[in-house]
Amino acid sequence: MDSREAAPATVDQPATWELCLYVAGQTTKSATALANLKRYCEAHLPDRYTLEVIDLLQHPQLAEGDQILAIPTLVRKVPEPIRKIIGDLSNEEKVLVGLDIRPRGTH
Amino acid sequence: MHEYKLAPTALPQLPKAPSGIEGLDEITEGGLPLGRPTLVCGSAGCGKTLLGIEFLVRGVIDYDEPGVLMTFEETAAELTANVASLGFDLAAMQADKKLRIDHVHVERSEIEETGEFDLEGLFIRLGYAIDSIGAKRVLLDTIEALFAGFPNEAVLRSEIRRLFRWLKDKGVTTVITAERGEGTLTRQGLEEYVSDCVILLDNRVIDQITTRRLRIVKYRGSTHGTNEYPYLITEDGISVLPVTSLKLEHTVSDEIISSGVPGLDEMFTRRGWYRGSSILITGTAGTAKTTLAASFALEACRRGERCLYFAFEESPAQLIRNMRTVGLDLQPCLDQGLLLIEASRPTLNGLERHLVTVHKLIKEFQPQAVVIDPISNLVSVGSISEVRSMLTRLIDFLKVSNITALFTALISGRDGRLEMTEEGISSLVDTWVSVRDLEGIGERNRGLSILKARGMAHSNQVREFLVTAEGVQLLDVVIGPLGIITGAGRHVQRLHEQATLTAQQQAAARKDRELERKRRVLEATIDNLRTEFESVEEELRQVHSEELARQQATDQARSSAANNLTTRLSGAGERPA
Repeated sequence: MDSREAAPATVDQPATWELCLYVAGQTTKSATALANLKRYCEAHLPDRYTLEVIDLLQHPQLAEGDQILAIPTLVRKVPEPIRKIIGDLSNEEKVLVGLDIRPRGTH
Repeated sequence: MHEYKLAPTALPQLPKAPSGIEGLDEITEGGLPLGRPTLVCGSAGCGKTLLGIEFLVRGVIDYDEPGVLMTFEETAAELTANVASLGFDLAAMQADKKLRIDHVHVERSEIEETGEFDLEGLFIRLGYAIDSIGAKRVLLDTIEALFAGFPNEAVLRSEIRRLFRWLKDKGVTTVITAERGEGTLTRQGLEEYVSDCVILLDNRVIDQITTRRLRIVKYRGSTHGTNEYPYLITEDGISVLPVTSLKLEHTVSDEIISSGVPGLDEMFTRRGWYRGSSILITGTAGTAKTTLAASFALEACRRGERCLYFAFEESPAQLIRNMRTVGLDLQPCLDQGLLLIEASRPTLNGLERHLVTVHKLIKEFQPQAVVIDPISNLVSVGSISEVRSMLTRLIDFLKVSNITALFTALISGRDGRLEMTEEGISSLVDTWVSVRDLEGIGERNRGLSILKARGMAHSNQVREFLVTAEGVQLLDVVIGPLGIITGAGRHVQRLHEQATLTAQQQAAARKDRELERKRRVLEATIDNLRTEFESVEEELRQVHSEELARQQATDQARSSAANNLTTRLSGAGERPA
């Protein structure tokens, strides 16, 4: 946890988080992922995030740009660096670690 | 009533997509399975990616089939740079919307797995790339890179299975490359089972010479060549060389062409050898093999034909200089562009590359005659069996092209080891001329004989020949008491013959003189006899005339006596006389 303290991104947390969730149609996994994500964001980043949901069935050309292979994929664009989390986001702890969000209780 | 058709109807063939790769379509009997996935596997440095890219590029150029390249390892820029040296302009093809390159970057450290997922994103990307240019061909360059990027192997395996199925349904002809694994064709042991065709590339080093080989491991629904075929990565891409797929079906020429040495032509009943045949000249060192070969090349140029000369021992300049000393001036032919001398060290390349060089030059230069001097040097870069298989292919290729080919071969030693190269290739060639040293007491002479000549009768004699300032000259056969005589023996025999002739002439002259003498003696004798006869005759004549005179005298005397009596009687009564 020492290294995390030293990382500047965690010291100066940006005002807003730009998140992007790639899905492919209204599948169960996509719906689960979206519901999970919204829940975590509301809990840990209230009013400090923007969430864009991209349906690749409608915009297939966007898959190449963010190197999307797995569905669903959550991309954290801001803050840098870009992080990717795949799966239905059912594991809250892993999602928060992946997104580098500190649970509210630890502040 | 049944209606019988005698003509066999062709069985429906699996539709195939020609790869456009030289030789590969011949082995696969038409190409890769159309609309199905083909796995290309092999260890590092085999040219898997290259084969795949060439498949795409040939599709674009030759068959107007757009392609998608999905690369998991190298970026589009890297790939474009790598294949630019082969003349593949991927950037231009991308601009023409004939090719689409999608670099899939998978980084394990960037990816966190949190629950269930699938690879629908990959499918969508691939599907989008295919649909955007109407691709018919797809290359997935090392799909197993996904295993490095995603932790959940079970999901990946099922997704890759689904991908193969999906590609089939999509109807695109796909090439998937994979690294070779331990004991299995691929690392994951998965792709070979879901592919319809598996091509194994191999890269092995034997005696410090690398040979790449290709084998079709499986091909669902089709027959295919089963051997290992050598292949090369050349300046024009991959070139697979089928060893045995060529059939003996070439047409033959009945035309006779000269060997360039008049005396040698005379040894064949048809005064030369057939156009399009292959000729082997074997001999020990220094038996004028190259001179004979150059004579043939020069003769071909004199006929106005193009000749390609592969010199594996001498540089062109040296060859020209040396041949000029024996009256064979190759320079004018070079200047006219009728002769092309390609000189290189055999060890410069592996055998297969030599073969490809030969093929390429023949295609470019379109010669009617080819000389390879000598083929025996090629043994230094391969085993006898490899050289043999290479030469089989070369001779077949030349025959199919109706090119007259002359090979020289150095054979080692004088201890009956004449069969060294013969075992290798003598059965492949049509005409075999052997030149050798005929070593006598204190001298060496060159002898030439024809060991075989398919399709015509030939002399069985060993002919001595000289390399003169006017080229190779065969000497007349001199047969002595113990067979054919050469060298100094030839001179001795000639002197001996001259002496005999002189003696015979002298004897004849002596006999003539003897006869003359006898004639003179005879004539003298005849004269004598005649003189003798004349004298006898004279004597006889004299005797006869004397006799006659005496007779007359007698008669006269008698008549005068009678007159006297009458006179007396008439006095006394006239009495008739």
